[in-house]
Amino acid sequence: MAAAGALAAAAIGLVALVLGLGGVAGSAWTVVVDWLVPLGGLELTLDPLAGLFLVLVGGVALPASFYAAGSAERSARGALAYPVFVASMCVVPLAANTMTFVIAWELMSLASYFLVLHEPEERASVRAAWVYAVMTHAGLACLLAGMLLMGAWTGSLRFADWRAAAPGLGAGARGVVFVLLAAGFAGKAGVIPLHVWLPLAHPAAPSHVSALMSGVMIKLGVYGLLRAGLDWLGAGPAWWGVAVLLAGTVSSVIGVLYALVDNDLKKLLAFSSIENVGIILIGVGAGMLYHGAGLEGLALLALAAALYHTLNHATFKALLFLGAGAVVHATGTRNMEAMGGLIKRMPWTAACFLVGSAAIAALPPLNGFVSEWLTFVALLQNTRIAQPMLNLVFALGVAGLALTSGLAMACFVKAFGITFLALPRGDAAARAHEAPPAMRAAMVALAVVCVALGLGATLVVPALVTVAGALTGDRAPVAVGDWLTLGVSGGFATLSTLAIAVALGAALALPLIALRLAGAARGQRRYETWGCGRMLQTPRMECTATAFADPFRRVFGFFYRPEKRLDITFHPGARYFVQRIEYANPTRSIFDDWLYRPALDALRSVAHRARAIQSGSANVYLAYIFAALLLLLALA
Amino acid sequence: MIATLLIALGQVLVAGAGAPLLVGVVRTLKARLAGRRGPSPWQPYADLRKLLGKKPVVSTTTSWVFRATPYVLVATMLVTALVVPILVARPALGFAGNIILLMYLFMLGTFFLALAGLDSGSAFGGMGSSREVVVAALAEPTIILAVFAVALRAETINLGGVVERLAREPLLAANPAHLLAFVAFFIVMLAETGRLPVDNPATHLELTMIHEAMVLEYSGRYLALVEWASAMRLFVFMTLLANLFFPWGVTSLPEPLPILLGLLALAGKLAVLAAALAVLETVVAKLRLFRVPELLAGSFALALLSVTAVFLVP
Amino acid sequence: MRRQLRIALRTGIVTEPPPGRSDVERLGARLAGEIQRRFGRSLAIRQVDAGSCNGCELEIAGLTGPHYDLERFGLSFVASPRHADCLLVTGPVTRNMAEALRRTWEATPDPKLVIAVGDCGRDGGIFRGSYAVVGGADAVVPVDAVVPGCPPSPAAILAALLDVIGRRR
Repeated sequence: MAAAGALAAAAIGLVALVLGLGGVAGSAWTVVVDWLVPLGGLELTLDPLAGLFLVLVGGVALPASFYAAGSAERSARGALAYPVFVASMCVVPLAANTMTFVIAWELMSLASYFLVLHEPEERASVRAAWVYAVMTHAGLACLLAGMLLMGAWTGSLRFADWRAAAPGLGAGARGVVFVLLAAGFAGKAGVIPLHVWLPLAHPAAPSHVSALMSGVMIKLGVYGLLRAGLDWLGAGPAWWGVAVLLAGTVSSVIGVLYALVDNDLKKLLAFSSIENVGIILIGVGAGMLYHGAGLEGLALLALAAALYHTLNHATFKALLFLGAGAVVHATGTRNMEAMGGLIKRMPWTAACFLVGSAAIAALPPLNGFVSEWLTFVALLQNTRIAQPMLNLVFALGVAGLALTSGLAMACFVKAFGITFLALPRGDAAARAHEAPPAMRAAMVALAVVCVALGLGATLVVPALVTVAGALTGDRAPVAVGDWLTLGVSGGFATLSTLAIAVALGAALALPLIALRLAGAARGQRRYETWGCGRMLQTPRMECTATAFADPFRRVFGFFYRPEKRLDITFHPGARYFVQRIEYANPTRSIFDDWLYRPALDALRSVAHRARAIQSGSANVYLAYIFAALLLLLALA
Repeated sequence: MIATLLIALGQVLVAGAGAPLLVGVVRTLKARLAGRRGPSPWQPYADLRKLLGKKPVVSTTTSWVFRATPYVLVATMLVTALVVPILVARPALGFAGNIILLMYLFMLGTFFLALAGLDSGSAFGGMGSSREVVVAALAEPTIILAVFAVALRAETINLGGVVERLAREPLLAANPAHLLAFVAFFIVMLAETGRLPVDNPATHLELTMIHEAMVLEYSGRYLALVEWASAMRLFVFMTLLANLFFPWGVTSLPEPLPILLGLLALAGKLAVLAAALAVLETVVAKLRLFRVPELLAGSFALALLSVTAVFLVP
Repeated sequence: MRRQLRIALRTGIVTEPPPGRSDVERLGARLAGEIQRRFGRSLAIRQVDAGSCNGCELEIAGLTGPHYDLERFGLSFVASPRHADCLLVTGPVTRNMAEALRRTWEATPDPKLVIAVGDCGRDGGIFRGSYAVVGGADAVVPVDAVVPGCPPSPAAILAALLDVIGRRR
């Protein structure tokens, strides 16, 4: 039953992939079914941007569905929700009017709600699903408000009509609509400070669903931001781009800072998704600013960088979540402190996870490196906009992006190193088994795509520049080099991942040959790790995840505000001997403390006061009805 | 075509063969300043040769990542030797990358070395890995901003382009931004190559180690490769400092005489930098680990100042 | 900072000339030629304290100072036995350190040397026969050379090291 659902989703994914590739290549079509949806009918339009996001949905849904078919995490409740989830994600980019969009969006949220709640007996799971439902519906409220306002002011609920009517609207009106739409889409994308649902929902869901949520669903929030910022409302004033760029910078730095100190493998990956959405938004913001300043070549470059990172993140985040799922399935826990040594028991999973980690850490010549490089190159040319305030914003973006990429590398050294290397830290890890063939195949396929997207950058970037051009309406061709080298902005910067990959391969072989020729001693002897002569080595002597992140906790202490707790139980006989030490160093989330808790408290107190209206007396209720009647008569 | 290949080979040879000599020279100078005769500058070669003849002992807790890391380190360094302008302004792989590529190639080496430190399963290795990635992560923004400052003047971030532009118009470098960027980059070099005051390369106390702690488990040919890669890292960083900020002497022509003169000029600049490093390491003590972020924040401030100086001083 | 540099430049090099022949006792039948070929120009030494009174350690520590400066001969001290070619064992091997010494020896890659320093290292020295002592270093690991003395002076240790690796002065 669940396998049927997975296969249906895989079929939908395949169709989406094919249609999407067609869309990117330039085919465009429209489907209108008037009677299917109230208030406007079902209207689907394919254009290059929609095509790209369809490719995204299909490209991740296929391996995720194979994984689901082979995994034991599926339950009966996910059987229907999963294909509905995938199908609704396919409809969102294609939607051409408000009702189609909102219905598909809501279906997507509801389906994923049921998928997140796949363990209803667990309190944590219930809470995660609840927070997710509240945040996504708050976002939906903002979206509806913005879209309906736009519909009221332009007289139509179709996006094509908005595109035509936008120049006629006042700047204030467009600003209000943009803020509402951006709030809704940013909440879905997981931008700080609307991110609280992400680290709860993504770990709670089964891994193939997490892969889809992290890889594709949050990108639909980015899709919405792209449409709202560049398409439906026309080109906006500079403050839109500044807001997006700064939100992206803040999101990326804070996301990776939270990922660094987390010991739950899937929560770490969820925070890392927040970080990468931040990087994408840095590119989007830069693109919006360049577009507003009239520098079309740079705008296309920045948007292409953002779209590339969208593609890349979908690939390697899906790979990482599938790998994490295999690990969680094999060890029965998500806690990294209980893992270790899995590389010897799960070699395929480890190798795929290593490729994913290297890709997300932006190491050459993989795909993450190319998109971050493009983002840097786009940002570094900001002096063409001769406004010092904007230059400062760009400089902040550059510094933030550099800090983020360094911290992301540290984060994934921790994720891969603690989980897979050295000795197992618990019995469960010591007994782990390799993932079944279907899961392995899905991971290997995604790893191959990561490498291909990196080496094939010279083919991907021109396609993305075309897609970005279709979005901004600029059809001028931007030269991006030849088959071997990416060359941008007339000699400002060049890159050739293919040449680097070949050089790295040759340079890997060179020492091997040279050592053989130099007659170096062959073979090796195996012995225990050097421990200063101590008698035995146990896993308790290894570096723990908490210890690995400790320098970061100290350096960024002003942000984490850690609360160190140290409980020492002394031997009852003598205080010199220690029986047990318990050390915990949890970090507090400043958003929970300063934003959400006060807001919820305020809401609660207002609701409490409002209870006074419900007095329970029928006479008072009759008086309310009479007063309302008088008011309506007066207004009419 | 042949000339490009020969120059590429030359750059790899100069970087690969010259790196141990650079490390040896710094060591000898430090010894002389301490009143000792010190080892010969050619000592690192003897050390490497001896290490090749030893049969490595590999820990039973490690995996293939541990054994592959020395090769990855050497590979990344050899590729950087093909991208950095050592003999000519635009070497064989100069088209393939720029300073951002270099930054990430160094990160590739750090990534694998940190994993190898964790792989040994010892407390020292994990501690070294965690400290190393903190330092590497905090040094990133400074590198990018320092390069931004230089690139703004030269209007390209391609290394060969910057070198050629500055060599053609030396007055572009007569700018406080240039000096500030140089100092910021120098501090980052100390952090990335593990020299004092960030990390003491000659320490024997494991609790004070950052880079050394990760290589405690390596022996034989693996240790030789790791030490060689480490020497090449210092060489490449110093060459960047020498040839990017003071590019006079670096030729664009693939002809033997200018290349030889360029090599001599590079040797001179490296000698000055090596002496400066030796003096610095003699008079400065190692910083406490949690003072290092303050040092790196200071270098970030310098880099930010250099960027603003580019705008303020035309 | 300037004061330090001034003192350094004013004091100059204070290294003494290398010591003459040593009275090292060679045990075992290792080929001297092979040792010289391998370690003649570079020897990494790991010092192991197997229960010593630290008298020998103080003398060995003097070797790294400016007067004796063992680095000029290509000798150096290393932190990890994985990096070492030669173990410099001091002290009579106490029962508590016997296993640690053996593990250190096993952790050192081949080919390796073991040099016992001091009378304690030779046969237990003044602690010979004690209940807490296993014997000289050769009771636990195969020893290639012994430097007699209680404690031997840094010059004697240096001379012994140079003779063992066959380094010409």
